[in-house]
Amino acid sequence: MAEMVDARGLSCPEPVLLTLEAIKKLGKGEVEVLVDTDTSRENVSRAANSMGWQVAELIKEENFYRIRIKKD
Amino acid sequence: MEGFKNFLATAKGIILVGLLIGIIAPLLQYLGNPPNMGICVACMERDIAGSLGLHRAAAVQYMRPEILGFVIGAFLSALAFKEFRPRGGSAPFVRFLLGVFAMIGALVFLGCPWRTLLRLAGGDGNAIFGLVGLIFGIWVGTRFLKAGYSLGRTQTASSKAVGLVFPLLMVGFLILLFIDPQPAGEPRGMLLFYSLKGPGAQHAPILISLGAGLLIGILAQRSRFCTMGAFRDLLLFKQGHLFYGVLGLFVAATITNLILGQFKPGFEGQPIAHTMQLWNFLGMTLAGLAFTLAGGCPGRQLFMSGEGDGDAAVFASGMIVGAAISHNFGLVSSPAGIGPNGAVATIIGLIVCVIIGLTMRRR
Repeated sequence: MAEMVDARGLSCPEPVLLTLEAIKKLGKGEVEVLVDTDTSRENVSRAANSMGWQVAELIKEENFYRIRIKKD
Repeated sequence: MEGFKNFLATAKGIILVGLLIGIIAPLLQYLGNPPNMGICVACMERDIAGSLGLHRAAAVQYMRPEILGFVIGAFLSALAFKEFRPRGGSAPFVRFLLGVFAMIGALVFLGCPWRTLLRLAGGDGNAIFGLVGLIFGIWVGTRFLKAGYSLGRTQTASSKAVGLVFPLLMVGFLILLFIDPQPAGEPRGMLLFYSLKGPGAQHAPILISLGAGLLIGILAQRSRFCTMGAFRDLLLFKQGHLFYGVLGLFVAATITNLILGQFKPGFEGQPIAHTMQLWNFLGMTLAGLAFTLAGGCPGRQLFMSGEGDGDAAVFASGMIVGAAISHNFGLVSSPAGIGPNGAVATIIGLIVCVIIGLTMRRR
């Protein structure tokens, strides 16, 4: 099971902060991040890319996004 | 929309937005806005507080169309791009208080982060102390964030009204401005208060101000332009994305000022500024800390309120009330220096913000 970060409803920069914490903890692998604004979606994707992680999948749910980031 | 690339949220996009704002702001000043105040979210909200009679400082009363345009432009943009999402409920009163103190700090310095950059771009050396204070305040805020500071989650609102009220209030203010213009030589229309002299009497033509506000509202909503986030992300993540926008604003504003003959370097006699550098520094420390704890600069709070964020609307309302408090109780600085109660209010604000920073925690 991939690491999960639920950042829905959190103000900037908390979604990025939590994502980077998970990335640093794992080093590599897969993290699923939940965010509910387009701003957070962009910020989390950008932060992941800057750490050498890729956005593997982006799923739009009814009220939020599911972003799967990974690094092999 | 899924495959749609949001160009304005790319590095090139946000630089472009910064450059455009940096050109528009000095032009607004050229067309009538107060010196080094082409756009100042704090000053302009203060003028709105005056136009509503929340304070009666005769020189700063005007229903600034730029601010109304920021919210309405962001609202229209969010609707068009399907990003309008009514939400709220993340510690609203704490955000209100942060808005009040952000404004108190900004009016001790005499400008928000936008005007800090524009003052620098106009050659005002005193703004260096404000900028350093701003960065220091943001840095303090990032320490709290690192330690787990959070105002908690917002909730998706069950009613669209939660996100609509603030943009519609701005539309209402705009209608009021058009049906209740300033009678020639009079300080009051039917309802709205106006200034006969001073910054409140200096403004670009209404339609130009409104157009500029709408355009910036749209651009900033798309690009997520934020003058506080620019420094916060550099300090916290060493990420320069938002900073490129701020840099673009500063460079473009400096060049535009040079072209328009509005660049006047120095410390003494700068327009709507004072030389009490400790308070320039501490005022913006307070403002920077409050913006960081609230998650956005005063402009960004307006753009988010246009996207339906009721908490950002509460923060913006706190700023407007903060302006009234500042003027009613002598907290505001003037070119002569800080107000009689400006120092104590700044210190109280810093203490309150530190308490908020220490006590609001993610579970």
